[in-house]
This record gives sequence, structure tokens and C-alpha cells, in this order.
Amino acid sequence: MSSLHLEYEVEGNNFVSAGQATEKVKFCLKGMGINPADIRRIAIAMYEAEINMVIHANGGKALVDIFVDKIVVKLVDTGPGIADIDKAMTPGFSTATDSIRDLGFGAGMGLHNMKKYTDEMYVESTVGVGTTITLVVNFS
Amino acid sequence: MTVKTLAHKLNAKELNLADPNREVERIYAGDLLSHVMGNAPSNCVWFTVMTNVNICAVATLTDCSVIVVCEGCIPDQLTLERAKTQGINILSTVLTISEAIVRVHNAG
Ligand SMILES: Nc1ncnc2c1ncn2[C@@H]1O[C@H](COP(=O)(O)OP(=O)(O)OP(=O)(O)O)[C@@H](O)[C@H]1O
Ligand SMILES: [Mg+2]
Repeated sequence: MSSLHLEYEVEGNNFVSAGQATEKVKFCLKGMGINPADIRRIAIAMYEAEINMVIHANGGKALVDIFVDKIVVKLVDTGPGIADIDKAMTPGFSTATDSIRDLGFGAGMGLHNMKKYTDEMYVESTVGVGTTITLVVNFS
Repeated sequence: MTVKTLAHKLNAKELNLADPNREVERIYAGDLLSHVMGNAPSNCVWFTVMTNVNICAVATLTDCSVIVVCEGCIPDQLTLERAKTQGINILSTVLTISEAIVRVHNAG
């Protein structure tokens, strides 16, 4: 049973609007009185995934389900996909260009952070079709 | 110490002081945003030379007390506007990151 379902469009290659979906979810969780430490974890993980869609996948959608005991966030894109998921998950691996690095991204730490801050994380990806990242944080 | 005190110690330009009495409990320095998000503790002073608008998102997400942009770098207008609307403390100093850290550390 889902108590609250939210959906956001994330625009590709727009670094000014990037992070807005995460911002709105964070605001919502605050209003619901969720533990700040849990909000911090899901917000950082979701921001990393949102930024990845902006940088690597020309945008996508964020689908959010907030339950009584947890939040599930799906970031769905129809970008180029990830050929080798294990390699992509390795800290330091990045295909970001120099101009992306100038913005402060491209350390190759995003997927690692998502794993670190969530209770469950799933990466599904098919080259040429797209990528879906699922992030779950249980409320303490 | 408070953000206001920190600003004095660093001779910093107060670009946006949304909450000058906020306490600074830890020190963190870094420019690559995913490293910052992975490691910066809450209520820290974050030293960086990054100036684009994404530093506001990262400051909010990590719940740092204040961003200090070092080496005389000045954030662009969009970043300053975002800092205002999001209530983010942001300072600028001509000190290098290591000079700034030493000063804050010595000040306790
Ligand atoms: N949604 C996506 N679509 C296509 N490729 C992706 C996607 N997300 C990640 N990748 C690939 O996985 C690599 C690693 O991603 P990760 O988020 O860990 O690092 P990064 O985005 O390159 O840098 P950072 O997140 O540290 O700023 C990326 O460089 C990219 O090649
Ligand atoms: Mg990334």
C-alpha cells in the first residue's frame, strides 16, 4: 500500500534545474516529520541519481513512493545505458567530460554514495534502452 | 564557534549570511561534489574553490553550516541568488584552503 506517490520530470543537461526533484521530495519528508538523518540519506542518494540522469542520460523521470516505514525512489531514463554495471559502481570510474568535471561532477563516486546511503539499491540497465536505479531507505 | 565569528577570523566577505549564529562544529574541504556529499559531516564549514550553483544543492543536502569559497573565488550571480532563497550561509576569502583551515583550527 502506497501512502504517497510523486512523479517528477528531470531535464537533461540542465544544471540550473538539476536537483529540483530531490528538493521537493526532501521538503515533503520534512513536512511529514521524518527523521532528519533518514532524509539526509535519501536526499543525497536521490540527488546523485538525479544528477546522473542530467549528465549521462539526457534526463528522465523520478518516481517516488513514500510508505509509513520507508521511501522507494525510482530514477528511470531512456539514455545510453551502462555497459558494465560492476565497473560503473567502482569508486573513481567515470566517463564524465572535462566540462562536466569543471562543474564539480565526475569523481566517479555517485553510484558508490547511493549504495552507501541507502538500505537497498538496484541498478538495471540495457545499452541503447536506458537505466533504472531503485533506491530504498527504511525510516528509523 | 559561530558562522559570524568564523567570518571575522577569516577576514571573509559575507556574501550571504542567512543564519550568522549557526554553530560550526567540524571542518571539511573538497571540490568534487560527490566526495563532499559522501564525506562532509552535518554542521561543518565547507572550504572549496567551486563557485557554480550546484554548491548550494550540496550544502543543503549535507546540511553544512557555511560554505567558504577560498582563494578569492566569487560565486556567480545565480549561485548567490540560490543561496539567498535557500537560506545558505556563504563567505568568500582570499586565503587558500589550507591557510583557512589552519586559522579555523587554531581558533578552536
Ligand atoms: N543514468 C545513467 N545513464 C548512463 N550512464 C550512467 C548513468 N549513471 C551512471 N552512468 C555511468 O556510470 C559512471 C559512474 O557513475 P557515478 O555517478 O558513480 O560517477 P560520475 O557521475 O561519473 O561522477 P560523480 O557522480 O562522482 O560526479 C558514469 O560516469 C557513467 O558512465
Ligand atoms: Mg554521478
